[in-house]
Amino acid sequence: MAQKVIAYIDNFNGAATASSWEALGAARHVAEAIGGGVGAVILGQGVEGLAKEAFEHGADEVLLADAPGLKDFRPEPYASLLAQAARQSSAEVIIMPTSGRTRELGGMTAVDLETGVTPDVIAFEVQGGAVVATRPVYGGKLLTKEVCLKARPHILTLRSRAFPKPELSAGKSGTITRLEGASEAKTEVVEYKASGGGVSLTDAAVIVSGGRGVANNPKLTPPSEIADEKQQEIWRAQQGFSMIRDLAAVLKAAVGASRAAVDAGYIPYVHQVGQTGKVVSPDVYVACGISGAIQHQAGMRTAKTIVAINKDAEAPIFKIARFGVVGDMHEVVPALTKALKERLGR
Amino acid sequence: MNIVVCVKQTPDTAATLTVQSGKVSWGDAPLVINPWDEYAVEQALRTKEAHGGKVTALSLGPEQAREALKHALAMGCDEAILVSDPAFEGGDSLVVSKALAAAIQKIGSIDLAFFGRQAVDSETALMGAQVARRLGWPSLSLVAAVAALDPAAKTITVERMLDEGRQVVRSPLPAAMSVVKEINEPRYPSFMGIRKASKAEIPVWTAAALGLDSVPAPVLSWPEIIAPPKVEIQCEIIQGASVDEIAAKLADRLIQEKVI
Ligand SMILES: Cc1cc2nc3c(=O)[nH]c(=O)nc-3n(C[C@H](O)[C@H](O)[C@H](O)COP(=O)(O)OP(=O)(O)OC[C@H]3O[C@@H](n4cnc5c(N)ncnc54)[C@H](O)[C@@H]3O)c2cc1C
Ligand SMILES: Nc1ncnc2c1ncn2[C@@H]1O[C@H](COP(=O)(O)O)[C@@H](O)[C@H]1O
Repeated sequence: MAQKVIAYIDNFNGAATASSWEALGAARHVAEAIGGGVGAVILGQGVEGLAKEAFEHGADEVLLADAPGLKDFRPEPYASLLAQAARQSSAEVIIMPTSGRTRELGGMTAVDLETGVTPDVIAFEVQGGAVVATRPVYGGKLLTKEVCLKARPHILTLRSRAFPKPELSAGKSGTITRLEGASEAKTEVVEYKASGGGVSLTDAAVIVSGGRGVANNPKLTPPSEIADEKQQEIWRAQQGFSMIRDLAAVLKAAVGASRAAVDAGYIPYVHQVGQTGKVVSPDVYVACGISGAIQHQAGMRTAKTIVAINKDAEAPIFKIARFGVVGDMHEVVPALTKALKERLGR
Repeated sequence: MNIVVCVKQTPDTAATLTVQSGKVSWGDAPLVINPWDEYAVEQALRTKEAHGGKVTALSLGPEQAREALKHALAMGCDEAILVSDPAFEGGDSLVVSKALAAAIQKIGSIDLAFFGRQAVDSETALMGAQVARRLGWPSLSLVAAVAALDPAAKTITVERMLDEGRQVVRSPLPAAMSVVKEINEPRYPSFMGIRKASKAEIPVWTAAALGLDSVPAPVLSWPEIIAPPKVEIQCEIIQGASVDEIAAKLADRLIQEKVI
């Protein structure tokens, strides 16, 4: 069966990433505009169960390869299978969520098919049978429209949370077509080291972030065995981040950070938000002790509501914030945690 | 180890950008080496320092892109090559990856090609994987640490930074890898390095020199580029007599506005 639009279902350890369903929903929109059905490509080992989820999220057909050789994502065999699926269904458009995996997969599949790939799409429209995609460039300072008129399929990767999840139709099913003949993987995954990151930043609906201000709490006296000044600063920052974690827990939020906080060793890099960290679009972004430098804004400006807590009324973060408190975060954050706990009953 | 590092010339990230008749302008803000590529250069140099060999910096771009190459030379790269041809102008990632892959093949017997995580202008983060695919090499993207490198056995083990944690991957060489900033702290160009770079000969390779008799036209086009509409946000500053009062008011406002 020919499905003109293909959604790629990104998965890790057999579970689909949340934004994969956003890609499937977007694929349905494109199919409604250009005609034809939606195929969902699912690759991995022990992923057959995802087919049911894909049907319930709107796929008409699932193109599946479930094999031991596909256990861990490796771009080489995955790209060969996705290219094969695209050729088989004469796909016009391939839509994927944006992740570290799909940047490789999208790029390589585009080479195999000699076609265009548009990463990190935040909006699109369909005009005359082609997708006109919008994506941020220059650290989000500009937006460009991008279209692929000279080749097919146009490959898009969508920014997490920029598109709605489709509604579930329980019990819906469809046909499963098997993809065969993956190329050999060239690399071997030895192991995973957990990041200890908690909630994934890019999927989080709420993010509470800390900047250099988290360490600026002179009232706290570090234990006497910490004599080194740098270590004292880090100790102070850790107390600050523990306040941020408490607030995050009440809001069921992920914890983010500015580069200054990461570079100073307050928190690991996986938490960094910004041009050289993660780009996030949560519903709510609470910035604590963050000045709001342009490079930080590049990673969070598209948050629906920004709340800033900063002791400097002139900090640039207030220019993009909806709500602001000018004050010491070491006093405001715990008080806010307490006030929200009472109101939300958590 | 025969090493290549790909560097791009980009506007400074602090530049104020405007769009004039569909073209991006950064006024008189300086062009710099793409900040991510400094980590790639540093890793290339460290690899050479540990295992011997040679590092060649490679850039595709207009004549000005020489400056990015000079920065790489000043940091310590042995040679630099500018890939430049009017035919590459306005090229998309398909075109650029084809040209860079051809240049890497022309240099010959490369063991490792380093890339930055992404270019701060185009923000695509695709190039490493696309060049790898063209060369038939494994792609190792988002590398945060090199755990082991055995030039004799031609294998490398790296830690990749995924959302889900660090993935440890073993790969044969040659390979292409893109690096993230956790991998190292780039050195500053030395005085001697800057002097050496200013005198260095940087050859230009055209499409013909790369053996690309016909450069494909880009498949992507950019019908419109805009500065995002400035959303006027009026920040509501929450005030009160005490911290508790402020916190209570903020919590109420967030709930009222259905923010949480
Ligand atoms: C190429 C490049 C890439 C970059 N990429 C990134 C990136 O990805 N992410 C990123 O974040 N940055 C990035 N930066 C760095 C960026 O320019 C800023 O330096 C950084 O964001 C500053 O972090 P900060 O706001 O925590 O620190 P600062 O700018 O030092 O701000 C600290 C803020 O905390 C406030 N404060 C201090 N004490 C308190 C207190 N007790 N209570 C309340 N407020 C307090 C201060 O008023 C101040 O506004 C990049 C820079 C470059 C050049
Ligand atoms: N024109 C170019 N010349 C040399 N290297 C490039 C060029 N464009 C991209 N690269 C490399 O590819 C990486 C990723 O770029 P991009 O895919 O454009 O975001 C950069 O960090 C560079 O290492």
